Amino acid sequence: MSEAWLQAFGLVFTPYNIFVMVGASLFGLFVGAVPGLTATMATALLVPVTFFMAPIPAIAAIVTATAMAIFSGDIPGALLRMPGTPASAAYTDEAYAMTKKGMAETALGAGLVFSAVGGLFGTAVLMVAAPTLAEFALNFSSYEYFWLVLMGLTCAVFISTDQPLKGLVTLFLGLLIAGVGLNNPAAFPRFTFGSTNLLGGIGLIPLMIGMFAVSEIIRYVVNLEPEGTIVDQPIGNVFKGMWGLAVKYPKQILRGSTLGTLIGALPGAGADIAAWMSYAMSKRLSKEPEKFGTGHVEGIVESGSANNSALAGAWIPALVFGIPGDSITAIVIGVLYMKNMNPGPTLFTTNPQNIYAVFLLFIIANLIMLPLGWLCIKAAKRILQVPREVLMPVILLFCIVGSFAINNTGFDIAIMLIAGVVAYVLEANDFPITPLILGVVLGAMLEDNFVSSMIKSDGNLLAFVSRPIAGTLGVLTLLIWFLPPARRLLAARRARRAAAPH
Amino acid sequence: MKLNDALWGAALILLGGSLLVHVQGFPRIPGQQVGPGLFPGILGIGLAACGLLLVVRGVRQRTAGGAGAAWCQLPEWAHAPRQRLGFAILVAVNVLYLMAVDRLGFILTGTVYLAALMGVLRVRTMLIVPLALALTVAIHYAFYKLLRVPLPWGVLQPIAW
Repeated sequence: MSEAWLQAFGLVFTPYNIFVMVGASLFGLFVGAVPGLTATMATALLVPVTFFMAPIPAIAAIVTATAMAIFSGDIPGALLRMPGTPASAAYTDEAYAMTKKGMAETALGAGLVFSAVGGLFGTAVLMVAAPTLAEFALNFSSYEYFWLVLMGLTCAVFISTDQPLKGLVTLFLGLLIAGVGLNNPAAFPRFTFGSTNLLGGIGLIPLMIGMFAVSEIIRYVVNLEPEGTIVDQPIGNVFKGMWGLAVKYPKQILRGSTLGTLIGALPGAGADIAAWMSYAMSKRLSKEPEKFGTGHVEGIVESGSANNSALAGAWIPALVFGIPGDSITAIVIGVLYMKNMNPGPTLFTTNPQNIYAVFLLFIIANLIMLPLGWLCIKAAKRILQVPREVLMPVILLFCIVGSFAINNTGFDIAIMLIAGVVAYVLEANDFPITPLILGVVLGAMLEDNFVSSMIKSDGNLLAFVSRPIAGTLGVLTLLIWFLPPARRLLAARRARRAAAPH
Repeated sequence: MKLNDALWGAALILLGGSLLVHVQGFPRIPGQQVGPGLFPGILGIGLAACGLLLVVRGVRQRTAGGAGAAWCQLPEWAHAPRQRLGFAILVAVNVLYLMAVDRLGFILTGTVYLAALMGVLRVRTMLIVPLALALTVAIHYAFYKLLRVPLPWGVLQPIAW
């Protein structure tokens, strides 16, 4: 074990890798701080660049950029009342109210410090849980994987969105997109309509760049809301009073980090949902809930640590099973496949140094967040004044070149642009995007494991539930499907009985 | 553009149905229960079923009135001239890029692309062309020189650097 750790240190502490991490940090801080640019978008924009890097620097870039972006999304929340990323939306009003009371430095400091704390907590869970799960998962066969993938997709539809029916539709569309091309167990060209470009399937990377970056730019171009005005307030030492907060709210920090890690690990739900849920939980369990919304720091402490811990949590299913915990890891899985670091339990046994290197990257990213985040807060006014009318067109051109760079074909540019418009239209009609992405990422895995299970069992469906773990996973999945409608039916019947005359 | 759920539902039923018809033409694999048509077939049924539920929901919304009752609701920005123009330019420059980049080359196409978008987003007129050119050259440098992506030169081939 210690040898693998030494190798991991060697992989991480190279001058090139440190350079990449610092660069990615600045990039992530900037993207997070500019409203309208999200952490997922940062990841999508990084992919064309990481494409040309060795595996560890590529992962380093994504890990650091996303951690920084989720923190720096708090900055415009406090100063502009606009969340920098959706993950800060839950407590934007609270942070802005604090700024109005002249407490901007406390709001920003709490965002920074407890982001790092939450991130480190999530990393610790990742370091303990992932190898344990991987050891367990070594015994998994196609039956277990089939159920795992199905359960992941089920979570993405029924737990992670408030629109299960529409989520189901986008999930099916995603699975359908995954089925395009030759890449299926029978190697039969499906839905190619005679196009050679479609034989290889629809590229995951152009699709993601389109759905997460281009759609945001469309939204920016047609946006009607005026830009906010920056609160001009001297920001002193943001670290002042943070120790006091940590002593005052230890339970909140622990609760937020735990909930965040769990939500992150749940497929489809990421930092934004983690922040909303833990803010609500903080308010419900607080001793002074009446203060929430008036510029009270407690909720920021709790949900600020939740959204950063969710980032690390999302890597647990991604590394162990290849099932993304959020939209960022959905892209990461694509990158891992490109780098021949296929996710799965064998990654932990054959190349443990790579996994340890990922752990180290997470620790470093959350530690350097403190000084770099402090600098970013100092420069916040400058960053928030960046001319977005110049920035957005440049990002769009960058997306085009980036999609082209993967395979050097114009076809991928077209895929990206269409994906951007589709994502925009779907979201305008309340169809959630994440199930679609999960469908595309997991479609082949679902079908492959189903087909090889069917071949192994000679078509006997009972084989899917006859192994103990497969059976348990199967029952759990079916419970998630049928429990909510069954409960609704029972409640309706009870209501009818209560309303009936006696 | 927000369409009533019933319209989405109808479209999905159509999609699911044609999917089912289409996969009948897929080959079966002798001695196996599962061929390449099975999964898309299931998806077709699933999409059609969801479509049916959406039709029911959409019709209910229409009879109930209120939000979501209209067959088709244009977005607010459709009435704002600048945003409408912005959207049109956005579509136009991307079509232009796809059509013209191989012939005109990346630098010219990219400059026009950025300039048009910056124009509609109200960058100061004096700055538009120099900014667009400088930023295009910067992106070109990063990808062509540093990452060695073969961006086309087009008509500028003679002065390629």
